[in-house]
Amino acid sequence: MTLSEWISNPQNWAFLVLGGLTLGAGFVVVTSRNVVHAALALVGALAATAGLFLLLSAEFVAWVLVLVYIGSVVILFLFGIMITRAPIGREAAVDHVRRWPALIAAVALFGVLASVAWAAFETTQLVGVGEGTSTDLLGESLLGRYVLPFEAVSFLLLAALIGGITLARKDTSPAEEEATARDRGLAAR
Amino acid sequence: MTLALLAQESGHQAAGVVTSGALLDWAGLLVVAPLVAMFLIIFFGKRLPLQGGELAVAAMAFVTGYAAILAYQAITEGILYERSIEVAAIGGFTIQWGWVIDGLSSMMFLLVGFIGLVVFVYALGYMKGDVRVTFFFAAFSLFAGAMLVLVSAPNVLQLIVGWELVGVASYLLIAHYWEDQANVSAGNKAFLVNKIADVGLVIGAIVLAVAVGSFNINEILDQVVGASPELAAVAGLAAILLLIGGAGKSAQFPFHVWLPDAMAGPTPVSALMHAATMVTAGVYLVARFFPLYQQMAENAQLAVMAVGAFTLTIAGFLAIVQDDIKRVLAYSTVAQLGYMVAALGAGGYSAGLFHLWTHASFKALLFLGAGSVIHVIHSNNMSDMGGLRRLMPTTFWTFVVGSLALIGIPPLAGFLSKDEILATFNAEGYQFVLFLGVLGAFITALYMSRAVLLTFFGTYKGHGHPHESPRVMTLPLIVLAAGAVGIAWINVPGVVSVFSDWVTDRAQPIVEHHAEAFDLVALGSGLLAGLGGIILGYLIYYRDAASQQERDRLRIPVLWPLLENKYYLDDLYWLGIVRPIRDPIARAVNWSNDSIIDWVVNLAGFVTAAVGRVVYGGFDQRGIDLAFNGVSFATDALGGRLRFAQTGRVQQYLGAFVIGALALVVVFVLVFA
Amino acid sequence: MIVTQFLVLAAALFALGVFGLLARRNAVMVLLAVELMLNAVNLNLVAFEAVIRDVLASGQVFAIFVITVAAAEVGVGLSIVLMIFRNRTSANVDELDLMKW
Repeated sequence: MTLSEWISNPQNWAFLVLGGLTLGAGFVVVTSRNVVHAALALVGALAATAGLFLLLSAEFVAWVLVLVYIGSVVILFLFGIMITRAPIGREAAVDHVRRWPALIAAVALFGVLASVAWAAFETTQLVGVGEGTSTDLLGESLLGRYVLPFEAVSFLLLAALIGGITLARKDTSPAEEEATARDRGLAAR
Repeated sequence: MTLALLAQESGHQAAGVVTSGALLDWAGLLVVAPLVAMFLIIFFGKRLPLQGGELAVAAMAFVTGYAAILAYQAITEGILYERSIEVAAIGGFTIQWGWVIDGLSSMMFLLVGFIGLVVFVYALGYMKGDVRVTFFFAAFSLFAGAMLVLVSAPNVLQLIVGWELVGVASYLLIAHYWEDQANVSAGNKAFLVNKIADVGLVIGAIVLAVAVGSFNINEILDQVVGASPELAAVAGLAAILLLIGGAGKSAQFPFHVWLPDAMAGPTPVSALMHAATMVTAGVYLVARFFPLYQQMAENAQLAVMAVGAFTLTIAGFLAIVQDDIKRVLAYSTVAQLGYMVAALGAGGYSAGLFHLWTHASFKALLFLGAGSVIHVIHSNNMSDMGGLRRLMPTTFWTFVVGSLALIGIPPLAGFLSKDEILATFNAEGYQFVLFLGVLGAFITALYMSRAVLLTFFGTYKGHGHPHESPRVMTLPLIVLAAGAVGIAWINVPGVVSVFSDWVTDRAQPIVEHHAEAFDLVALGSGLLAGLGGIILGYLIYYRDAASQQERDRLRIPVLWPLLENKYYLDDLYWLGIVRPIRDPIARAVNWSNDSIIDWVVNLAGFVTAAVGRVVYGGFDQRGIDLAFNGVSFATDALGGRLRFAQTGRVQQYLGAFVIGALALVVVFVLVFA
Repeated sequence: MIVTQFLVLAAALFALGVFGLLARRNAVMVLLAVELMLNAVNLNLVAFEAVIRDVLASGQVFAIFVITVAAAEVGVGLSIVLMIFRNRTSANVDELDLMKW
């Protein structure tokens, strides 16, 4: 397939737009000095990715992405930002010295991956685009063949839940507890 | 040397000579029995009731029994047997051990066995309560065994081995009471004088062996009979050398100096060793090689006779001045050995051996009798004795019998044997030697009567209350006395010749004078000399006096000091030989050993130590250790530098991770794509 | 559409994520970059699924798992950041170097 053929496909236009959005948002995420901006840019990146999933006719995954990732993970991030009282505003976010080795590593990584991908797959066509993936197929697969990983992941979630709570719990000393209890008692009267 | 008219060959070659049989095959047991007893005594002796003495006596009884059977067979039928077992081989020579049984050796077996048995039994009583009884019997058994090895030797190497072992045993036994330095010196003297003489024996044996090509005695003597020219060339030299060796053991001039001093040992030792066994080894040696002397080395044979004659003369005189009763007997032994050696030198083979045979019994008897007296009186000196004839009757009478036998009074043993020797001198034409022999008989009678009179007659001059010795000691005396009476009647000239036939029964024929009747000249002069000596002794010494010194009143001015100093020979040896070697030469050798040889050895030590230090310090410490330490040091240094990579910052770790992963991917792609 | 375009896009996203991961100083920002990387992985998975189109839709299933795990990881990660912040009143990753030499 040549480039002109590729360009002529309208799906690829959508791809280019969505891809550009993703990359742009990603760029903002990694270079913004403002942490809130970075979090919001992540939202954009994730949304664009969801769009790409739709393009690939993986609807369920796309909506799961939106719900879980954007809906809860980013919120979580924002809470985390608030609690850690990260400076809201500008800061010297990126260490000048560290910037260049990281850049080199990233570029090298991109180069290797892209060239390997191109060398391996060249012009392998995608199949059945636009047909969609039936959700019950996914459901059957998830709870059929992949039930063990499913259960394992739910275990993982449980562990993360408990771990998260345990880690984040405030360590109160007996004096503080008493004070807290007194406050509550006073409040109750 | 002229042969008398009636000379004839003797020695059985007739039918009936025994040359094989179980008795002869096992005769080696006879030889080793005392040696086995020695080991048993060493290991078990202390636990036994008689401290090992019973083992020694048992061994000697076995030897005597076996030897008696062999002797009977040898006398009646004749034995010619030799058996050798090869032990080693060097070049063309083989080293063998074995035994030869013929007339001469079977006679010696019986002699050693019988006299040994009697003396061992006596020693059970004499050595009771001694400080080293077990050691004594072990050494005594070694001595008897070594003597048997010597006389049964079929080759000169075994003979030398037995010879040296006898020397060792004699050293151990003479120095038995080694707490006293004087006894140790006596043992040293005996051993060293013997050792000097042994040089002659060893070189002589080697000369013979090289000339003949074999160590075997019968082979050497066969070459003599066969008139081998190689042997004839060296025969004279070898004969003289063997004579020197024999003179050492048999205490002939100039090697006689050890025997009187050797009286320091216990009396049983003197009895066996110096009467019957060890000193006869030299006589045996000349007798064994008699064909060599007689047929190939006539001049050496004359030398043999000269040595014997000289010795018998000078020794007798020394006996007259001794106060120690054992010394009297010692010098008497030297003189009697001189008789035997002179007889062999004159060609009287069986005469000399006959005297050896009879002398063994009566000299042992005299020594044991002296020992009985010493045991009771606790002193060797005749100045402490006197009047013991009533107090110790058995000892007295047996001693008298022995003395008369020694002097040569018929019908006792010494008469016949001494008479035969004198007859040989006369028949072979050595009248001067005959004169010396007669003179010697006179002197013998004189000093023996002196000894008897001073010891047993008069009044007792010592301390305490002497009594007769116990039965275990008097019984052997009686047995030997019986022997002194009867033992010689197996060889009467013209009537019986049992002994001569017995000892001449050998592989090689012995040519000698064979007497048909008594030689009246010899007989008469000998008898007269003996009786004359007794009478003179009686006249001088019979009187009693307040002290023994007063009784011992024969004292010729110049002669007596000379005799008392033993002709100054001991001083001559000391000043001329011992001192020059000991002081300058021994010191020089010691210095060279210390300074030169030890210096070389020490130098090796120093060099090694220095090399060790260099290796340790330079090579090991700095070189090898540096390598090891260097490794650890380098690791440490490297680690010290590398640890700075651990900054603790996760992002840096991740960066490294990413780059590493990338590198791997690139490698994979390039290699496997 | 060809699969390579998605792969390249995913690679670019991943590289961006790596850059952010290595270069950022604020712990929260590092976690944001990690999310980007996970996202890129998801894209890869779904793209391949679109090629293979197997009966089980494994790629999509896997992508769901990744999302879930990412959510769990963010939860725990932020808790940790919170704790660090409590102890040090700062979310600067450069200060977390107690494991250094």
